[in-house]
Amino acid sequence: MTANSMARKYEPRQVLRRADGQKLTTSAMIASLEAEGYESVRAPFGNALVDLAKTNDKVVGITADLSKYTDLHVFAEAMPDRFYQMGMAEQVMLSAAAGLAREGFMPFATTYAVFASRRAYDFIAMAIAEENLPVRIVCALPGLTTGYGPSHQATEDLAIFRGLPNMTIVDPCDADDVMGMVPALAAHDGPTYSRLPRGNVPKVLTKHKPDYRFELGKAQTIREGRDVLVISTGFMTMRALDAAVKLEAENVDVGVLHVPTIKPLDVETIAAEAAKGGRLVVTAENHTVVGGLGEAVAAALLTRGIAPTFRMIGLPDEFLEAGALPTLHDMYGISVDKVAERIKAWL
Amino acid sequence: MNADHPRGIGDNVSLARRAYNIRRKALRMGEVQGQGYIGQALGVADVLAASYFHTMSYRSDDPEWEGRDRFLLSIGHYAIALYAVLMEAGILPEDELETYGMDDSRMPMSGMASYTPGMEITGGSLGQGLGIAVGMAMGLKRKASDAFVYNLMSDGELDEGSTWEAAMAGAHHGLDNLVCLVDFNNQQADGRSTEMSALEPLPEKWQAFGWHCQRVDGNDLDAVTAAFDAARALKEPRPRCIVFDTKMCKGVPFLEARDKNHFVRVEADEWEKALAELDERAPA
Repeated sequence: MTANSMARKYEPRQVLRRADGQKLTTSAMIASLEAEGYESVRAPFGNALVDLAKTNDKVVGITADLSKYTDLHVFAEAMPDRFYQMGMAEQVMLSAAAGLAREGFMPFATTYAVFASRRAYDFIAMAIAEENLPVRIVCALPGLTTGYGPSHQATEDLAIFRGLPNMTIVDPCDADDVMGMVPALAAHDGPTYSRLPRGNVPKVLTKHKPDYRFELGKAQTIREGRDVLVISTGFMTMRALDAAVKLEAENVDVGVLHVPTIKPLDVETIAAEAAKGGRLVVTAENHTVVGGLGEAVAAALLTRGIAPTFRMIGLPDEFLEAGALPTLHDMYGISVDKVAERIKAWL
Repeated sequence: MNADHPRGIGDNVSLARRAYNIRRKALRMGEVQGQGYIGQALGVADVLAASYFHTMSYRSDDPEWEGRDRFLLSIGHYAIALYAVLMEAGILPEDELETYGMDDSRMPMSGMASYTPGMEITGGSLGQGLGIAVGMAMGLKRKASDAFVYNLMSDGELDEGSTWEAAMAGAHHGLDNLVCLVDFNNQQADGRSTEMSALEPLPEKWQAFGWHCQRVDGNDLDAVTAAFDAARALKEPRPRCIVFDTKMCKGVPFLEARDKNHFVRVEADEWEKALAELDERAPA
């Protein structure tokens, strides 16, 4: 990998191709995170929200010119009188969500994760979190899920919101999580921030563990393993599960503990799992290694006197490159192959 | 006007007297702390008197009554002024006046919803009130409520981009139950507001953003009440703005002469003098 630099922009380039001859094109921002070997669900968030709203008349939807790309358009089409379009204006979108919550409604407010966490942070902090209002902030393009570069890659949103009192944070893995998360958020008091896989979203967790059901605030073991414990969140749980299958063929037994709720962290389950005999513990997150799941788990374990061999998989503390997602996921070590390689190397 | 309007407690009290009472309470709180945004409080007292004793519906013994008109103090540092009017309106007990800014007080230096009955929002991060007001006005419409939302902001907040996001959104959603009150005292932290950013022509800006906008002398009670009445009576599906030109420290001449500063310094021995000058001009 070559870090981008001002000097590099003067180097001439040519079309790069994969080994099979395919051109490496940038994934569009609207791209779904489909995955091989999994069936997928279309717009699980939008559909789950419509189902919720049928039984909860306080639910409204609000967005800043991104209903289509957050799957909120499904709700907007089904319930147009309960949908608010605020224009490309995240500050007033989230302030107005606060105002709607003050008047007794439960707004599901959507935009991209970069815009909520960076542009509208002060509004979320003061108008929503400080007042402990039940606004559900639901944001697409979490972490490295677009090849558009740092303007759209929310690599530090979890760190930003972890520092915010009152905020509950969810990083769902798949369609199962998203569909379970929507009613769970509605039943919760106080503000929430959720990352959102949108479009055609794979069903991962129930394939590996058929009785899996999302529970807010709970970490759940998806796969048992004797040699390694991966503690993962978001789509990195899918990567961990796929890497575990791959490593099984190499006689490495990898367990996966899925942690969809980043805050409050289920430290009891995490500590209990990490304390189970002599496994390498690896955290995996689609987020910078600064201030995310890895550091949260490290602090939880250290303060309890639990000190396994510990490694972190996450994005580097850098502004990331633009390009094709498979290239970028390989480059930054969060593809299935790279996750498997790194775990094996650490054993 | 709503039958629950509390003007019954003060129909025999003139608005001018209410404004004087608000100024006097604010000065006494300033004296307690030895500091405070007293210049702003004295300047905006007439607008607050007209809001609470001419315009709005509310219940003094039930500050969260669903039918109330909402008053949002976007400018958190004007809290001293709002506490004064909340006491005058019987929402806060006057015998807590001397706790202002003290540990464990319900009246912190910057206004916060979680501390104070009658304080609808936590202001202070400037440029947030109008956006919250937009959401509340949308919410009230969803509930088919006839209550209004009044957002009091400063001229300095006009510098904030979020103010204009909210202005466009308010117009787009046809919020005829939203009234934005701009206290134009032409003073912000670093100097004259008009020398900080291109605020003028201000009413024309609001109008261009789709709002009905009036501009009046904010220290002329007749003009202030007429503007409030016109804003409320307007039969047009758009939000309303009133720009009030006010004078910092209004009512205390020796402080008025000192209005060059956002944070008007009053020396320890000057509070008595300020109260005396105010009292000399007390209306009936």
